[in-house]
Amino acid sequence: MIEKTLKGKPAYWIWLGILASLIAIGWACYFRQYSFGLGLTGMSRDVSWGLYISQFTFLVGVAAGGLMLVLPYYIHDYKAFGRITILGEFLAISALVMCLMFIMADLGQPLRGLNVLFYPTPHSMLFWDMCVLWGYLLLNLLCGWVILTAERKQVPPPKWIYPFIYISLPFAVSIHTVTAMLYCGLPGRHFWLSAIVAPRFLASAFAAGPSLILIACMVMKKFANFDAGKEAIQKLTTIIMYAVIINTFFFLLEFFVGYYSEVPGHMHSLEYLFFGLEHHGEVYNNLVPFMWAATLLNFGGLGILAYMKIAKVFDYRLVGTAAVMIFLALWSDKGLGFVFAGFVPNPLEQVTEYYPTMNEIGITIGVWATGFLLLTLLYKIALGVEEEVEH
Amino acid sequence: MMDNKRRKFLKMAGATVLAGISAPAIVKLSSNPAVAAGDGGHEAPAAAHAATDTHDEEQSSGVRLGMVIDMRKFYQNQGMLDEAIAACIKAHNVPQIPDPKSEIKWIWKAGFGNVFPEHSQKLRSEKVKDNQFPALCNHCDNPSCVKACPTKATFVVEKNGIVAMDFHRCIGCRFCMAACPYGARSFNWQDPRPFIKEYNVNFPTRGRGVVEKCNFCGERLALGLEPACVEVCKGTGAMVFGDLNDPHSEIRKVLDQEFTIQRKPAAGTKPSVFYIV
Ligand code: SF4
Ligand code: SF4
Repeated sequence: MIEKTLKGKPAYWIWLGILASLIAIGWACYFRQYSFGLGLTGMSRDVSWGLYISQFTFLVGVAAGGLMLVLPYYIHDYKAFGRITILGEFLAISALVMCLMFIMADLGQPLRGLNVLFYPTPHSMLFWDMCVLWGYLLLNLLCGWVILTAERKQVPPPKWIYPFIYISLPFAVSIHTVTAMLYCGLPGRHFWLSAIVAPRFLASAFAAGPSLILIACMVMKKFANFDAGKEAIQKLTTIIMYAVIINTFFFLLEFFVGYYSEVPGHMHSLEYLFFGLEHHGEVYNNLVPFMWAATLLNFGGLGILAYMKIAKVFDYRLVGTAAVMIFLALWSDKGLGFVFAGFVPNPLEQVTEYYPTMNEIGITIGVWATGFLLLTLLYKIALGVEEEVEH
Repeated sequence: MMDNKRRKFLKMAGATVLAGISAPAIVKLSSNPAVAAGDGGHEAPAAAHAATDTHDEEQSSGVRLGMVIDMRKFYQNQGMLDEAIAACIKAHNVPQIPDPKSEIKWIWKAGFGNVFPEHSQKLRSEKVKDNQFPALCNHCDNPSCVKACPTKATFVVEKNGIVAMDFHRCIGCRFCMAACPYGARSFNWQDPRPFIKEYNVNFPTRGRGVVEKCNFCGERLALGLEPACVEVCKGTGAMVFGDLNDPHSEIRKVLDQEFTIQRKPAAGTKPSVFYIV
């Protein structure tokens, strides 16, 4: 099936060319980081995780979000998702590959990464995260490939694959739950030490993943004559809408706990994110624009989706706009704010702000480009098979 | 009756070296025969709790090294604190990196509000406001850094409770830094060697990409020496080091007599470093 990636219109090749150049830049930056050390990043003794880990966290959510397509189709036999379920599985694969690359980019001693296997440590959540991430990646590779092969041969998928599909459903929940546990089990980091982190992660994941799939559907509609079907798209927007509402609700609960209890540790990070933290006469607020932009995008996207439901209109441009807005909002929230703000203030209540360096941004873009390249190739295969079947 | 001097930690540790047995395995930091012999040590560390009716904190058995920092001795003598810090830097090849973002710190000075952010900062005495306090790894009895480490590169040394590190196993994931509620850990963002002022051949240097922190001078204890900072303060009682589980140790005597506080007790990590403020 790989041969499907070798034929395409000029736009396809230009897109691949752009991605390839970004990947090359990413590798050049990584080479610099590898030879000097992580000092080439903006991370510090106080903010010891940066873009790499925040992108990792966000992308685990994107991977888990595929569940919103797989579950209705396989559990509720929701036929309208028949054409796009495979997109969910392939999105999970690409997102997980990005996750693993971000982890490697973040390690101070990448060559020792296998120590996690040589000295398995069940009391470390990172150990479990590695287990579930790899497990979910392998499950998706297996299920995606077997299902696509069956489709190509126009036979129903073999019976033995179903247990794997069913296992993959709770696995999707587990990857993001365990990723939340990396944060919410740490004493002394008040912003993260909250039982609602895992539910919040899942809610935002179930919006971010489907949003990205919607965006991909719009792109493929324009460039590849792929139509996911109006019913499927509408259902997806409903799922996204409820997930965004639940995520917003959870986030507001954090606000209530912090600002009503007025326990300083529970307010500091929120203050830093939304209003700027004053410390010794200086105001630290480099994330404030991102968080307010996220708020506007969040409610704007939600408004568009709600308008479409209430006014009973359907417009691909509106769907696309809302999906992009919501995706960006959730990215700012989880892909930036959540991780960075957890380190502010530091355990000694001093404030160090984090600004990523160009080199670090180069590596980050390189990893994203790798993920998109993989996603493009996988979707190309999926579409190619569908076309072949239709003819 | 036991000779009073024998209780002195230094002698005890020294004796084991003279005995010629491989040092690290048998550093005796305890005068309690039961504890020293390693059989149990279940003798209730704190028997009398009559006055308070609270949930007791469980403490692990066996030797648990800890430290009392008597700030009253440092208030008059902040220079001694600088010397203690310098001794640590020298003993452990701690690089002196000017950029605060990449700093490596094992024991360092910070204000009361920074070391004890969960205590009220209002209306503190002049002494507390004007002086700097030492901050270092607490060698917690329930260390969250050890829980977080995915490779056991950070671990508890069973025989004495020190939270130690294996620099060769650490993958540099920095999970331990996120997990430590005291900011006690530093990461080598670059090769630290060019920043070592005075090179000590008896202690390994670290490479880039690994985490490091105070090790309670495990390497000196093995030789029967006190921790470097404690040695600087010798005779002043500013830093008292010993076995928290030994009811007859010097440190326990201080703890029995003085009111001490720990950093962020609410974090549940059970710090082994106590402060007299
Ligand atoms: S102070 Fe921090 S680094 Fe030291 S043992 Fe406790 S948790 Fe670990
Ligand atoms: S940075 Fe090293 S010591 Fe810290 S958690 Fe990771 S492997 Fe363990």
